[in-house]
Amino acid sequence: MNRTLILGGALSALVVFAALVSFVWTPFEHTEMDIPAKLQPPNALHWFGTDHFGRDMFSMIMVGARTSIAVAVVAVGIGIGLGVPLGLWAAARQGGWVDEVIMRGNDLIFAFPSLVIAILITAIFGAGAVNAIIAIGIFNIPVFARVTRGGALPIWAREFIMAARVAGKGPARISIEHILPNIANLLIVQATIQFSLGILAEAALSYVGLGAQPPTPSWGRMLADAQTLVSIAPHMALVPGCAIIITVLGLNLLGDGLRDALDPRLRVARV
Amino acid sequence: MNLLEISNLSLSIHGAQILHDVSLNVRPGEVVAITGESGSGKSMTALAIMQLLPDGSEMTGGITFDGEDISQSNETRMCALRGDSIGMVFQEPMTALNPVQTIGAQVSETVRLHRPDLDATARTAEMLDRVGLAEISPGRYPHELSGGQRQRVVIAIAIACGPKLLIADEPTTALDVTTQAQILDLLVELARADGMGLLMITHDLAVVANMAHRIVVMQDGAVVETGDTAALLNAPEHPYTKALFAASAHQATLPDQTAQQPLLQVRGVVRDYLLPRTKLFSAAGTHRAVDSVSFDIPRGGRVGLVGESGCGKSTLTRAILGLEPVQAGEILLKGQPVFASGAPNLAVRRKMQVVFQDPYGSFNPRHRVSRLITEPFHLLETPPPDRADRIAEALTAVGLSPDDAQKYPHQFSGGQRQRLAIARALIIRPELIVFDEAVSALDVSVRAQILDLIADLCRQYDLTYLFISHDLSVVRGITDHVMVMQHGKIVEQGDTNDVFDAPKHAYTQTLIEAAPKLPRTGT
Amino acid sequence: MLRYALKRLLSLLISLAIASLVIFVVIEVAPGDPASFMLGINAQEDTLAALRAELGLDQTKVQRYLAWVGGMVQGDFGTSYQYRTPVAEMIGDRLWVSLPLALYALILSTLIAFPAGIFAASRRGKAGDIGVMGATQIGVAIPNFWFAMMLVLIFAINLRWFSAGGFAGWDSGAFAALKSLTLPAIALALPQAAILARVMRSALLDVLGEDFMRTARAKGLSRGQALRRHGLRNAMIPVLTILGLQFSFLLAGGIIIEQVFYLPGLGRLIFQSISARDLIVVESVTMLLVFAVIVVNFAVDLAYAAVDPRLRART
Repeated sequence: MNRTLILGGALSALVVFAALVSFVWTPFEHTEMDIPAKLQPPNALHWFGTDHFGRDMFSMIMVGARTSIAVAVVAVGIGIGLGVPLGLWAAARQGGWVDEVIMRGNDLIFAFPSLVIAILITAIFGAGAVNAIIAIGIFNIPVFARVTRGGALPIWAREFIMAARVAGKGPARISIEHILPNIANLLIVQATIQFSLGILAEAALSYVGLGAQPPTPSWGRMLADAQTLVSIAPHMALVPGCAIIITVLGLNLLGDGLRDALDPRLRVARV
Repeated sequence: MNLLEISNLSLSIHGAQILHDVSLNVRPGEVVAITGESGSGKSMTALAIMQLLPDGSEMTGGITFDGEDISQSNETRMCALRGDSIGMVFQEPMTALNPVQTIGAQVSETVRLHRPDLDATARTAEMLDRVGLAEISPGRYPHELSGGQRQRVVIAIAIACGPKLLIADEPTTALDVTTQAQILDLLVELARADGMGLLMITHDLAVVANMAHRIVVMQDGAVVETGDTAALLNAPEHPYTKALFAASAHQATLPDQTAQQPLLQVRGVVRDYLLPRTKLFSAAGTHRAVDSVSFDIPRGGRVGLVGESGCGKSTLTRAILGLEPVQAGEILLKGQPVFASGAPNLAVRRKMQVVFQDPYGSFNPRHRVSRLITEPFHLLETPPPDRADRIAEALTAVGLSPDDAQKYPHQFSGGQRQRLAIARALIIRPELIVFDEAVSALDVSVRAQILDLIADLCRQYDLTYLFISHDLSVVRGITDHVMVMQHGKIVEQGDTNDVFDAPKHAYTQTLIEAAPKLPRTGT
Repeated sequence: MLRYALKRLLSLLISLAIASLVIFVVIEVAPGDPASFMLGINAQEDTLAALRAELGLDQTKVQRYLAWVGGMVQGDFGTSYQYRTPVAEMIGDRLWVSLPLALYALILSTLIAFPAGIFAASRRGKAGDIGVMGATQIGVAIPNFWFAMMLVLIFAINLRWFSAGGFAGWDSGAFAALKSLTLPAIALALPQAAILARVMRSALLDVLGEDFMRTARAKGLSRGQALRRHGLRNAMIPVLTILGLQFSFLLAGGIIIEQVFYLPGLGRLIFQSISARDLIVVESVTMLLVFAVIVVNFAVDLAYAAVDPRLRART
């Protein structure tokens, strides 16, 4: 257990904990408006202050954590669920047309930054958390495919894989029995990184109005609301900003710590 | 007057003691060899002289070079010495050169660094010529050269400024036998012609016997014996030295065998590879890796296959094992084809197993031994009912204990892992075992044990095997019949002793000529 | 080298073709009829039909796709449903804001990241390295639009060194235009610089472990000389990959940053067109963004071959 892992784990756990607790308790009802109490900086009653409608920022942050985490988790799930099998398949058929097609497909998706995909989807199907998840998730697929393939290729060259082939095992079986367990560490670390990137992406999408719609709270939208008032009430921007930074930082440290603990020689993609 | 004098050198890295009181010396024009098995500290000694040790290293003791104490010299002084007065050649020629710089630039860099008075371009051309690369343009990149050629470039870099001492750390271990002979000749000639001291580090006693004036034997970070080559080889005193020489010269005794029916029949096998396209609109070329190869292995036969890298032996092995299709010809085991209508014939495949070279790569690090050695059961139609018994039987047969079944591969040494590999090959009682460079990565003493194990198993199980190796002395001791492969063709085959003592084909003769031989000594 | 370039060019053209197809198909799936959206739900059927004919919506999908692509190749990006003006005109001015912003940010990012990454790699494990690593860990976690807000707060509102928003326009001269792009470029560049610095450091450390670095030291090169003369160029290969990806993120990020600084770039155009269901504009702007990314990747591929001679040998 190294310091990075502990610190990262603690920060990440803190945020997840806040999100979970928000289901049973928040200091105030996060939608409750209290206009006379608006724009208060952090104080004893409202620990993070209040926004322009008098809503308690601490509660909004707690509930907003749910959105960020949910979106990021599902998006990573999509990426792993589709990207890892594709990467394994490409590596098992390296050099063949399957590999070529998958790699070209990857490159094509990379040409559309996740924001552009989100724009396309929301232009068609409307804004909302689900479409944000799909947009970020689609972008995660080539990331995991590429990382999986990159991690699987050197393992395919190892002699114990040849031994498995001599034992009559086919590529699918080998991919699951031998390759996957040996790249699990790589995937875990990459997942924490994509998770942190997902948090940032969700915040950006919410900021421009393409993400979770009201009344679903979102840190990104809190920042959008704060924009015009930043000179009068800087806490409105600082609070959600710091929430995002702490969450992403925590996840990145967790990823780094995991990588060092599991295998310092892992090559992880930080796109 | 000693060129290099090391006295009582001790080294620890992050607290672990690596070298204990190492002392040796080299005189101008002398070839001194440091020999020993892996972990003996020979490479570390060399790196200590150059002060290229890893982080966390602490060194005590004296290193005097040409009268100057360099053990405490600062980095600036060492930078001045390295490449100018002391040159070093490393083991892996394939990765020793900067892939994005031309070879000419890499050689001339040394010249410009230390001898600005010389014309770098002219000197570079001269050096490349000296190491036998006169036909290679200095504008070439490393990836365009073979391993042997790259090693020559590394040597050119090391001698470019006319050093007084050349340190060579296993310079030929990664090279073919014939290339090795050439590189060793080059090194010896350079030492002789320029009066350069050569400190040669190698685990190969045969190489040492043929080129060194003096030998330093190391074990576990300490020098166990030093002496003139001839004297040491004839009358080693230290028990470790005796054991080392004995293991190097060791030949396992094979049981007699009688002529029997052919088990494996290879007939006119051809395997072609498509080459990557280099021109946009022309068809891809093909490379014929295996060119009409035919041979038989009788039941109980112990056949060797020798050849250098690129001769096609790996491809042939994969074809025999049914891992790759062939473009022409057939491979039959007991009359059944290995490949039937395009797909590998599993009924035949289960009668063959293989032992690979790399004891560290041949097992999935995440599985336990019991799972690893029973992998071949996948080939059987029904898994055997007495699985635990079979595991115990296989482990005992190779000299390990049935309790080892619960351990992980990393808990075993290299030699023990090769035993596990042999257990894995034996467990489904195949008719034919292919040993693919199975002892090449092992230390000399461990190698002797494994060869003895194979001989024992021959007695117990009447094994039939194909033993593939580039190491001629190993093949000589473990086979009755040998085949020599070059450029995809079998150029000579016959009884092992006959082929080795009286080779008929020119290539076989070159191969046997080039292989360093340990002189028969009184050990 | 030429063969390699030609093959990459072919790849580029194919990618563009497929991307255009993807964009067109996705937009075509769009529920809703732009004509009724524009005229309102109470519009008459024949007015709607007339509008559709005018907008070219009565042609088949294949015809519309070919017309669109054919037009783009000639520089004609179609006509906006909403404004009835050529899309190319609408894009033109805005492009001159978004593209320079992305490039400006890329240059800043590189200028900060390369020295930082090299410095950290050369001081591995020591205070300098830890400092850089710590700073980049935080930098990577900062949302660029939030950072932009903070910059506005400090440098525009409090210190008054820059204006809080708006674009001076290229007509006012390059200096004024660049000045108004400076805070946005910094906001975009810093988080990306953090990523790039880490990649640079990691690539250099990987290279430092290679055998040819040992050969370089054995020649008598000092650590620093070996790093600069042999390490850097080899480390550039993974770094170039990331640079290419960075451009696409900077372009996308710029679209968001525009909201903070009220810059008249592509962002405003695209968001507005989405709400107005002006799909031609959305299609064309998206195509343009993707085009920029693919072209930059092509440039990166060429750069690879310039750096690594092994790539020039194969196609």
